[in-house]
Amino acid sequence: MYRFAISRLLQAIPVLLMVITVTFFLVHSAPGGPFSADKAVPPEVIKALEEQYNLNQPVWQQYLSYLGDVIQGDFGPSFKYPGRTVNELITAGLPITAELAFYAMLVALGVGITAGVGASMRPNTMQDYLPMTGAMIGICMPSFLLGPLLVLIFGIHLDWLPVSGWGDIPGDKILPSITLGTGYAAYIARLSRGGMLEVLSQDYIRTARAKGLSERLIIVKHALRGGLIPVVAFLGPAFAGLLAGSFVVETIFQIPGLGRFYVQAAFNRDYTLILGMTIFLSTLIILFNLLSDILAIWLNPKLRQEIRGTN
Amino acid sequence: MADAIEGHGSSLWKDAWIKLSKNRLALFGLAVLIMLILTSLLTPLIAPYGYETQNLDMGATAPSLQHWLGTDIFGRDMLTRIMYGGRVSLMVGFIATAVALVIGILWGAIAGFFGGRLDAVMMRIVDVLYALPFMIFIILLMVVFGRNILLLFLAIGAVEWLTMARIVRSQVMALRNQEFVEAANSLGLSQWTIIRRHIIPNTLGPVIVYTTLTIPSVMLLEAFLSFLGLGIQPPESSWGLLINYGVETMEEFPWLLIFPGIALSLTLFALNFLGDGLRDALDPRTSKD
Repeated sequence: MYRFAISRLLQAIPVLLMVITVTFFLVHSAPGGPFSADKAVPPEVIKALEEQYNLNQPVWQQYLSYLGDVIQGDFGPSFKYPGRTVNELITAGLPITAELAFYAMLVALGVGITAGVGASMRPNTMQDYLPMTGAMIGICMPSFLLGPLLVLIFGIHLDWLPVSGWGDIPGDKILPSITLGTGYAAYIARLSRGGMLEVLSQDYIRTARAKGLSERLIIVKHALRGGLIPVVAFLGPAFAGLLAGSFVVETIFQIPGLGRFYVQAAFNRDYTLILGMTIFLSTLIILFNLLSDILAIWLNPKLRQEIRGTN
Repeated sequence: MADAIEGHGSSLWKDAWIKLSKNRLALFGLAVLIMLILTSLLTPLIAPYGYETQNLDMGATAPSLQHWLGTDIFGRDMLTRIMYGGRVSLMVGFIATAVALVIGILWGAIAGFFGGRLDAVMMRIVDVLYALPFMIFIILLMVVFGRNILLLFLAIGAVEWLTMARIVRSQVMALRNQEFVEAANSLGLSQWTIIRRHIIPNTLGPVIVYTTLTIPSVMLLEAFLSFLGLGIQPPESSWGLLINYGVETMEEFPWLLIFPGIALSLTLFALNFLGDGLRDALDPRTSKD
């Protein structure tokens, strides 16, 4: 198990290196320099700026020195926010985005697992059809549509909840968390229903039933662990999706997190910020994929044995 | 190609159709999809107003007999805008999916058919690409190379082919050792002919299912990017962009948000139901996930 985890971790290194390399050269091949928007800037100033950002060196040298900095966790200064480093901006945005993603994940897991497990207990009845239709609607209702609709209904029409900000007014975290979490709740509901149906048809569940265990005990003690493996395996990709979703949700609700910085950096063509944040977010996503893979295998005795067999 | 399909499994397709025709939601999805395609093809003929037609004096109006879905702040007919936007959204969905389809099928078929070291290398590349966070990369591409619709097709297609390659590969691996491929080999057919005439047609079932499910996810991706302002650019229009505009004025003119939203959701709904139905009909093994 440990060997597997370590070998997966080692495999992530070339992937990360590739991410850094590809992003670096992509950004550097962008047509028009980062300062081309400011036409009135005199040549001396451009030259000074280029020196400050190492742009006068050959690309491969820039690449090597950037790589060295990144390995030490230094993403350099931002192009468009003078005097601020990319690290500072990431540190400012990360806790907010992490909190948003955490609440969204709570919504997704709470609602999704309840609905999915509930549906799997009485398949092909109303207890199955209703939540599963709801899940389909959730999947087909993208966050950039759901968010504004929730704002329109609960924020403007009913005037129950604040419609923007994060942590300024009580209750302003509710709508963004629901907006971000709903789509994942829908996926998790479908996954946990499928996983539970599969497990509930296994012999050991029949044995538990034959022993006369209550349905609740069977679900909680025997079925959930196996039935939720697909959900655990989905958590890694879901996390990547939550980060991408935070781009939209933070834009809609004007939350000063990583997602909003990223979109703004994209619009401002803030090359160092976009470069640094791409590498940072990619690293996070790759690590979370890794964790959820390892967790899924740890939960599944069959897979664990397979790994032991191959090692 | 047709004879290869019929020789192997006309009964499979018939069975699938019988199963599908019993699934009302899937049929509803199919009907919506056909209607959408027809509408998109005929939009220039049947749209109630011209795409450029605007009436600044009128401004935004609620739905009425003249403008069934109302008008936007420039007095442009919403129904017309949604019809033209749908053309772009559907086109992105189909073309990007087609790109993914071609790359994925070729990649998967070659890897699965030749196996061995080539397969190991090709699938390792897929694994590595899988680990990359593509949403972020697409945004990066749009920033670096400008918001170009062709690039959007390519970028989205380049993301979606990975799963297709995996599906096709596993199909091909299973097919490779069957007697009819051996027979084709002993008849002296070239490897390429065998892949083209015998392997690819037999992988069509899962490929069709996955294609149906890829189209909505591509459309969603396009709408997502357009909503952020990083996808389709005006004067072109798409549902994501219309939703983006709708959000700006939703307090005064909620219909500008709601109607494009319904159009997008309904389409995603229909395609997902059709895909689920096809999966149950064509490919019972993968119906669990």
